[in-house]
Amino acid sequence: MADLTTLTIKQAHEGLKNKEFTSVDLTKAYLEKIKKSDLNSFLSITEKLALEQAEKADEKIKSGDFGMLCGIPCAIKDAIMVEGQKCTAASKILENYVAPYDATVIKKLKEAGVVILGKTNLDEFAMGGSGENSAYGVTKNPNDKTRVAGGSSSGSAACVAANEACFSLGSDTGGSIRLPSSFCGTVGLKPTYGAVSRYGLIAFASSLDQIGPITKTVEDAEIVFEAISGKDKMDATSTDYKFDNLKTDLKGLKIGVPKEYFVKGIDPEVEKIIRNSIKKAEDAGAEIVEISLPSVEFALACYYIIAPCEASANLARFDGIKYGLSANGNSLLDVYLKSKGHGFGAEVKRRIMIGTYALSSGYYDAYYKKAEEVRQLIKNDFAAAFEKVDLIFCPVSPVPAIKIGEKSDDPLAMYLMDIYTVSVNLAGLPALSLPVGKTGNLPVGLQIIGNHFQENKILSVALQIEKK
Amino acid sequence: MISKEEVEHIASLARLELTGKEIEKMQKDLTEILGYFDLLKKVPLRQGSAGQVAKVGNENLRKDEILQKDASLAEKLIAAAPSQKDGYIKVKTIL
Repeated sequence: MADLTTLTIKQAHEGLKNKEFTSVDLTKAYLEKIKKSDLNSFLSITEKLALEQAEKADEKIKSGDFGMLCGIPCAIKDAIMVEGQKCTAASKILENYVAPYDATVIKKLKEAGVVILGKTNLDEFAMGGSGENSAYGVTKNPNDKTRVAGGSSSGSAACVAANEACFSLGSDTGGSIRLPSSFCGTVGLKPTYGAVSRYGLIAFASSLDQIGPITKTVEDAEIVFEAISGKDKMDATSTDYKFDNLKTDLKGLKIGVPKEYFVKGIDPEVEKIIRNSIKKAEDAGAEIVEISLPSVEFALACYYIIAPCEASANLARFDGIKYGLSANGNSLLDVYLKSKGHGFGAEVKRRIMIGTYALSSGYYDAYYKKAEEVRQLIKNDFAAAFEKVDLIFCPVSPVPAIKIGEKSDDPLAMYLMDIYTVSVNLAGLPALSLPVGKTGNLPVGLQIIGNHFQENKILSVALQIEKK
Repeated sequence: MISKEEVEHIASLARLELTGKEIEKMQKDLTEILGYFDLLKKVPLRQGSAGQVAKVGNENLRKDEILQKDASLAEKLIAAAPSQKDGYIKVKTIL
């Protein structure tokens, strides 16, 4: 039998349908691979759950009435709760925390009959661009093990690229699905804010967080997105959105290329690969329009104020009382101070400090309020752009995967890797990372940005470019 | 450079215990990061945009109502607490 772990969702579904193999066969093949792996992409393997789910799926498949995701093995970022399984957010503070309920996306995937192989590594509380902020060690890039997989959904991207799962879920607050997808060579979709419920996702920055799929192909991303999207009464920000599988032809399509995204700081090889894929779209009949997003030069500063401010509020709940690690102390205050001091890693502490500073008396107007004003300007820029164009093409990251340790001591240099991704979250837009080439053996992702709730346009166009 | 006292003040607001070494590193990192935020001073606020703050998400807040859940969920939530007694979460004396 051929290596089952190389199959896409669509191919695995066909194989299950034609009785070439069972879901248990598939699941065992992945589990074997995960156990042999040295990438550190998984924080826990949920073998018992996986085999139970696979057996159940095989029953359903026998009955003949089963959907596209039934019996398909996947991996889940360890910031998304799977009932009865550990959920650590890659933090020491949640080392022994067991999820008391399923996230809505997990409930939906379970109803679709998926098999959950395990929980994947990430930057602690999803804060980071390289995966190096995990309290449980860095995830290695399957294309070059001396390099990072990208973050924060490091394990989710690495495991799909290394055939350790058929697909995975990640979350994206400032690029955390797209950046590791670009670094590892997977397809990663950050949906529109509100398209997918965040109930059961450990909150980082609630006005920015979104859950989305990481897959081998565009077609697979569409399958998973369709399964997890839609209104959920447990997340008031989710909207009544029904994915409509509409085909958009590249021919006659207007594609905007922001001039601000091709300036100093971009790796020349990356630029060449991105320009080449833009050219391919043009050759296929798309009209390329240079656009300007004048406020994006402020996006990174704006993001690194807003996200830490929200994080400082969201992470206040980890105080040693309700969950996880609780340090010994003489008084209640002492328990708070020591639990946080011992439980959080350096980057999480840094962000709590930035957020607390920016929200503190005397600084609120200069930082938080100013950042919210800039956020509106960025939204206006994109709104104006989408009056002229259908989609926007740009790089995901100015550089390919960096070396492990290259920037881990320099937080600001690390933040600069997010320069092309954060504005999408600030504006609440959908965007996809599509692997379009390699520099040496390192993949490079094209970022396709659409207007709100136009995932179908993004996916349809990405599918056409993927085939070229 | 952000002073040691300022870092200690912010850390106490955040209920975060930092070691001497962490405070030193935090002084350096925060100074650099906050320095980068000075970029926002250059933002040309267009006519009428001053004070305009971005709205996020939708306005479809759900009704304030009690949703029925299994009692077992409450038990699981309590079980997640590091210290419990008789179905309650136990904390240090407050008064």
